[in-house]
Amino acid sequence: MKRTIVTRPAMSRARRVVWTRWGITLLLVLLLEAACRLGFVPKLAVLPPSEVIAAMVALLSTQEVLTNVAETFSTVAIAFTASVLTGFVLGVALHGAPRLRRAIDPLLASYYAVPIFVFYPLLVALLGLGALPLMAIGYLAAVPAMLIATLLGLDRVPPVLRRVARMHRLGRVSTAVLVILPAALPNLFQGIKLSLAYAFIGVIAGEFILSSGGLGYAIAFAYDSFDNRTMYGLMLFVLLSAVISNGLLSSWESRLQRRRGLQ
Amino acid sequence: MIRRREGLLDGALIVLVILIVWQGLYAYAGAVALTPPWQTVRYAIGLFGTPSFWGHLRGTLAAFGWSLLISAVLGIALGLWLGAFRFAGDVAEPMLTSLYTIPKVTLYPVILLLFGLGPSAKIAFGVIHGMIPVVLFTLGAVKTIRPVLLRTARAMRLSPMQTARHVLVPAVLPEIASGLRVGFSLCLLGVLIGEMFASQRGIGFLIINGINSHNVRLTTAVTLIVILFAVGANSALLMLDRRLHHSR
Amino acid sequence: MTDATAAHAVLHGVTRVYPGANPVHALGPIDLSITRGSFFSVVGPSGCGKSTLLDVLAGLSPPSAGRITFEGQPVNGTVPDGVGVVFQEDSSFPWLTVRDNVAFGLRRIGTDPAEIARRVDHAIGFMGLTDFAAAYPAQLSGGMRQRVCIARTLVLRPRLILLDEPFGALDQQTRLLMGDELLRLWRETDATVLLITHALDEAAMLSDRVGVMSARPGRFIDLLDTGWPRDRDSRIVSDPGFGAITARLWSSLRTESMKAIGARA
Repeated sequence: MKRTIVTRPAMSRARRVVWTRWGITLLLVLLLEAACRLGFVPKLAVLPPSEVIAAMVALLSTQEVLTNVAETFSTVAIAFTASVLTGFVLGVALHGAPRLRRAIDPLLASYYAVPIFVFYPLLVALLGLGALPLMAIGYLAAVPAMLIATLLGLDRVPPVLRRVARMHRLGRVSTAVLVILPAALPNLFQGIKLSLAYAFIGVIAGEFILSSGGLGYAIAFAYDSFDNRTMYGLMLFVLLSAVISNGLLSSWESRLQRRRGLQ
Repeated sequence: MIRRREGLLDGALIVLVILIVWQGLYAYAGAVALTPPWQTVRYAIGLFGTPSFWGHLRGTLAAFGWSLLISAVLGIALGLWLGAFRFAGDVAEPMLTSLYTIPKVTLYPVILLLFGLGPSAKIAFGVIHGMIPVVLFTLGAVKTIRPVLLRTARAMRLSPMQTARHVLVPAVLPEIASGLRVGFSLCLLGVLIGEMFASQRGIGFLIINGINSHNVRLTTAVTLIVILFAVGANSALLMLDRRLHHSR
Repeated sequence: MTDATAAHAVLHGVTRVYPGANPVHALGPIDLSITRGSFFSVVGPSGCGKSTLLDVLAGLSPPSAGRITFEGQPVNGTVPDGVGVVFQEDSSFPWLTVRDNVAFGLRRIGTDPAEIARRVDHAIGFMGLTDFAAAYPAQLSGGMRQRVCIARTLVLRPRLILLDEPFGALDQQTRLLMGDELLRLWRETDATVLLITHALDEAAMLSDRVGVMSARPGRFIDLLDTGWPRDRDSRIVSDPGFGAITARLWSSLRTESMKAIGARA
C-alpha cells in the first residue's frame, strides 16, 4: 500500500487573515507598552496600555462613572432607535415620490459634508442643555445614513421579484413583507450599522465639546484637570464599546449573509 | 429640457423651504438661538471685511489644506500598497473600517498631548479623519480592478511603469476621486472639531467663542459660512466625481 | 371545457401602448388563439414586444385595447388562477432555500402542510434538485437557479405556463438539455405552454406551433405548424424537417431583424 503523503493541515486563508489581524493588534499594544516602559514616549503624555486597562477596570466600578455610562448609552440608544425608524420610514416614503427624491438628492449628497457639530449651539439654544440636544445631534448624524441605505436597498430590489409577487397574487402588505423587505435587507443592515456608529459619534462628540455630563464630558474634564489615568481609562472604554457594538452587528450580518449562501 | 427646468424649479423650492424653516425657527426660538436669514447673510458678508476674521479663516484653511494634502498622499500610497498585497489588504480593511466607525473625538486629548496646542494638532486630527476613506476607496479600487485589464497590459508587453501609468492609474482614478471627496469632508470635520475643542484660532474657535460670549450673530453667520463652503465644495467635487465615473 | 382542441387562451385585437411624453406603441393589434395542451413559441427580433405580449397575457399589465380571455374568463391586469410565469432573469429568492423557494406559492394560498411537502418533493425531484433542496440559490449555477424558478411555478400546477426566454442566460448545451426537460414537463403535466424566445432552433425544436413577430409594434407575420410528434426531444435537431423549419423562420424574420437593428443604430 502506498503511503499517503501527509500535508500539513493548511490553515484556511480566512483564518490566517483573522489571526494575523489579532497578532498585529497585540503586537502594536505590546510595542506601545515597551515604548512607554522604556521611556521612548513621555510618560506624561501616554500611559502604557496595561495601566490604561487597569484604570478602565477600576473606573468601571465607581458609581460616578457608571452613571455617566448609563447616561451616554441611553442617549445613544434613543438617538439610534429613533434614527433607524425615521430613516426607514422616510426612505420608503421618498422612494415612492421620485420627483421629491430628485429635488432632495443634492441635500442628501452634501449632508455629510457639513460638519454637523456646527449645529450643536443652535440645538442647545432650542432644546436647552442636557440630554435632548445630544440626542438630537446623534439623531441628526444617523438619520440620513439609514435613509440613504433604505433608498439604495429599495432601488436594488430586482424588478423581476416584484413581478413574481404579482404572479403569486400577493397583496401590497404581503409583497412588502415577503419579497421587498427580505430583498432589501442587506442594505438595510448596512444602514443600521452606520446609524449606530454615527449616533455614537454624534453623542460622544457633543458631550465632549459642550455638555456637562456623559462619557465625552468626563474625558474632556479629565483632560482639563490633567487626570491622565481617568482620561485614558474612559477613552479605552468608549473605543471598546464602539468597536464591540459594531462587531456584534457585523457578526450578526455575516451570519445572515451565510444563511443566504454568500461568503 | 423639461427635466432640467423642473430640476431648477425644485431646487429653488427646496432653498425656499429651508429659508422658511430657518425664519420659522427664529420666530420660535428668538434671537437667543439664531439670527434670521437676511440678517445672517448681511453679517456674514460684513465678516469678510474684518481683518481678524481673515486671520481665523487663514488659520483654518491652512490647517485644512495641510491635513487634506497629507491625507491624500498617505492615503493613496497606503491604499495602493494594501491593494497590491492582497493579504495585507484583507488584514487591514476591517481594522480601517472600525477606525472609521469609532468616535475619534475622544482621541483628541492624546493628539494634544503629543502635538501640543497649535496648528499641528489640528492637522493631525484632520488627517486621522480624512485619511481613512482615501485608503479604503483606493484599496477597494485596486482590489476590484478587472483582471482582464492587467492581462491586456501583459499581452501588450507593457513595462510595470507603463502598466501603472496607462492602465492602473486610469482604472482606479474615479474611485480615488470618490475617496478624496469623502476625505475632504472629513478633514474639514476633524479640523473644525479640533478648533472647537481647544484652540485660540480658527473658524471652529469662532463658533465656540460666539457661544461662550452669547454672540448669536457671530455663531449663526460663521455656521452659515461653513455650511456654504462645505456644500459648495462637495457639490463641485461630486460633479467631478460623476464625470470621472461616467467617462468609462 | 374538456374539448381537447378548444382554445385555451384567446387574444382579440390586443394592443399595448406605453403612455408618456412620447408614447411607445409596443404591441399589436394581435389576434391569437392558443390551443389547449399545445406548445406554442413566439420568436421575433429584439425589442419587438415579445415580453409585452407575455405580460398582458399573464395579466401582469393591462392591454391598452382589445380583449384577452383565459379558459373563457377575461384577463385584465391581474394574474388569473391557473397561469404560471417563468421569467427571463433569475427570480429565485436569495434569502430562501431551494425548498422554501419552491414551497413559496403553496404556503401563500394556505395549502395543508403535508400536501405542500408532498408536492414540493415531487417538483424538486422532477427538476432534478433533490440533492440541493437545502441549498441557497447563491450556491447554485445559473441553470440550477432557473430550474428552481421553474419548479416554483410548476408546483402550483398551472394549466397555462408562460416562459419568457427562460434559458436566455444559459450556454448552448445547457439550453438543449433544459429544452428536453421542458418538453418532458409539458408532456407530463398536460399544460399549455407559451414560450418566448429569440433562438430560432429552440422554437423549431420544442414547439407544435411557432408565431413569428414583426419589429415594433409587434404583430404576427407568420404562423407555422411544425407537425412534430408529441413524444420528441432534442435529437430532432438532426431531422431534415428541422432545418427546413428553421430556414423558414429565418426567412420570415430576416427583414424584421434588420429593421430592429437599424432602428436601434
